[in-house]
Amino acid sequence: MSEPRRATPVEDLNLVKLSKIYGGLAAVDDLTLTIPGGSFFALLGPSGCGKTTTLRMVAGLENPTSGQMFVGAQEITDLKAYKRPVNTVFQSYALFPHLDIFENVAFGLRRRGVKDVTGPVERMLELVELTSMARRKPGQLSGGQQQRVAVARALINEPDVLLLDEPLGALDLKLRRQMQIELKRIQVEVGTTFVHVTHDQEEAMTMADTIAVMNQGRIEQLGAPTQIYENPATAFVANFLGQCNLVPGQITGGDGDNAVLSANGFNFSVPRSRIHAAGSSAILGVRPEKITMYWADEPLPAGHNRLEGTVTDVSFTGVSTQYLVKVPWGQELVVFEQNLSLEELSRRGEHVQIGWAPGHTFALDGAEDITAGMGSHVVGA
Amino acid sequence: MAWLRSKLLGIVAVLVLVYLFVPIAVVAVLSFNDPEGKFNISWNEFSLSAWGNLCGVAGVCQSFILSIEIALIATLIATVFGTMIALALVRYRFRGRGAANSLIFLPMATPEVVLGASLLALYLNLRLPLGFWTILIAHIMFTISFIVVAVKARLQGMDPRLEEAAQDLYASPWQTFRFVTFPLVLPGILGAALLGFALSFDDFIISNFASGTTVTFPIFIWGAAQRGIPVQVYALATLVFALALVGTVVGQIVSSRRRRKLAASS
Ligand SMILES: Nc1ncnc2c1ncn2[C@@H]1O[C@H](COP(=O)(O)OP(=O)(O)OP(=O)(O)O)[C@@H](O)[C@H]1O
Ligand SMILES: [Mg+2]
Repeated sequence: MSEPRRATPVEDLNLVKLSKIYGGLAAVDDLTLTIPGGSFFALLGPSGCGKTTTLRMVAGLENPTSGQMFVGAQEITDLKAYKRPVNTVFQSYALFPHLDIFENVAFGLRRRGVKDVTGPVERMLELVELTSMARRKPGQLSGGQQQRVAVARALINEPDVLLLDEPLGALDLKLRRQMQIELKRIQVEVGTTFVHVTHDQEEAMTMADTIAVMNQGRIEQLGAPTQIYENPATAFVANFLGQCNLVPGQITGGDGDNAVLSANGFNFSVPRSRIHAAGSSAILGVRPEKITMYWADEPLPAGHNRLEGTVTDVSFTGVSTQYLVKVPWGQELVVFEQNLSLEELSRRGEHVQIGWAPGHTFALDGAEDITAGMGSHVVGA
Repeated sequence: MAWLRSKLLGIVAVLVLVYLFVPIAVVAVLSFNDPEGKFNISWNEFSLSAWGNLCGVAGVCQSFILSIEIALIATLIATVFGTMIALALVRYRFRGRGAANSLIFLPMATPEVVLGASLLALYLNLRLPLGFWTILIAHIMFTISFIVVAVKARLQGMDPRLEEAAQDLYASPWQTFRFVTFPLVLPGILGAALLGFALSFDDFIISNFASGTTVTFPIFIWGAAQRGIPVQVYALATLVFALALVGTVVGQIVSSRRRRKLAASS
């Protein structure tokens, strides 16, 4: 991979106790966040959780009610939008309809009094593969092309931070996947910090180095995609990032690295490092694809968590089959099985065993609402 | 019956157009007339004499030129101020904004006789000599509301994100106006200016109060109508209409050409 082509090192973006209150309601609530320079950072959360408000405060288009913002050591809290080392890709692109693509991209350079814009603009149009479109007006471009112009127009200024507010929201699924790869490529090539806002958890996980999951103006959890997916700290994060089986119970003891969590009279092992409960009251969590189905008389690997149950629903989805298994206390757990064999699928009403490795189990605090974040889930197709 | 129903819209449209253009056609036709008596109301004989000698009647061209001058100056000043007022009303929050928004409609809603009479009273109280300047002031006053309303509509239709994007791309407030807001609102401003010009050029009622002994084109026609309107007036009116028509058609052709060129290049 080529070296990032920026001349100056990229600074961290620091938000300190940032709040924005609209008519008594906190859209952004005491947000403290460090976004490492040069990273691809995703701000993920359901509609209305304050993502756009956060970006607009960083861009200088909205004044925070309280708190501070820094790029490196420079405080930008009270800096005018047009003086910040930050550029934005707007959700609706906001390309200037009266200017052609070349002039749209050159806009920032011209305003800063750069004399020769031709070279940089041509290089930038090459980067986003739009050289042949330079003299067209934005209205004559497809959605995906407009999106790339918006990225080029912002990136040409070599900002310390590039803010992207759901830049792919208006594109169809196929183009979205394509643009995700494209944006990631551009980010690696230019080395600028990207703060990417989305409510699509798949998009966030595909693109970002670090994801902050946001809910009602606050950060619920921050970490690498695998970390927050595999080891969520809250029910909201567990549910928002994909389907999840959650069972309330109690931590009753354990030995060494594993604790024992008992729920409805059954005992399960959970690694201590994956327990997020403050007290002994806890919620057992396991993702559907971590669970394996066994015939009723099959032996399970030693030490695995095990349950018996009855298949109540089977749905074939192509890459996998989704089962609902009713366990002894009446709850239906979701199980994903890859379609590896041509063997007959388990049928509705069949008695089966399910099991999973303790390492795939996590435990949430018992006070959590196990349905949090469920309704706001975006199903990726 | 089915035929009638399918063509009904077309027929009604043609009838409305005829209704709109018959008076203009009459004026155009009569401008080529050589009337029998003083009153140019019935066709007598084809003649080009009025067209060949447009200024042939005392005062007609002076009043025509005066009206053009007043309309141009009034439009220019009203457009500049009207645009600034519209910008302030749409883009800034300030005390009294709501009141200003409704007050700006008032001159449009007030009957012209009332406006004219109050202006005359004001001028007399201030002891301003009636003439060119008092007409100009009056015209600026009543065109400005129309311009504010037209420019405001255009501004409100503009995506505020464009101005934010400009700021985000290092444009100062002045540069944002100069390079984004103004070019995007310009068609609205030009449309408003045209409207203002037309309103000022043909105003009779208010001008009549504010003019003293100064004679604008509408006042000239009014005066002439008592004694029989000279054919030159018909010719000048036709000329104005023809110029407006040519302007409109050229505008249409240019914009449709540009659209076709854009379509071809994509
Ligand atoms: N200008 C405003 N005035 C009042 N309330 C606002 C304003 N802008 C945003 N809000 C409120 O602040 C909250 C956060 O809004 P924001 O636009 O940041 O959400 P978001 O996370 O970007 O959502 P989405 O995914 O739908 O874009 C919402 O409840 C919204 O109603
Ligand atoms: Mg948003």
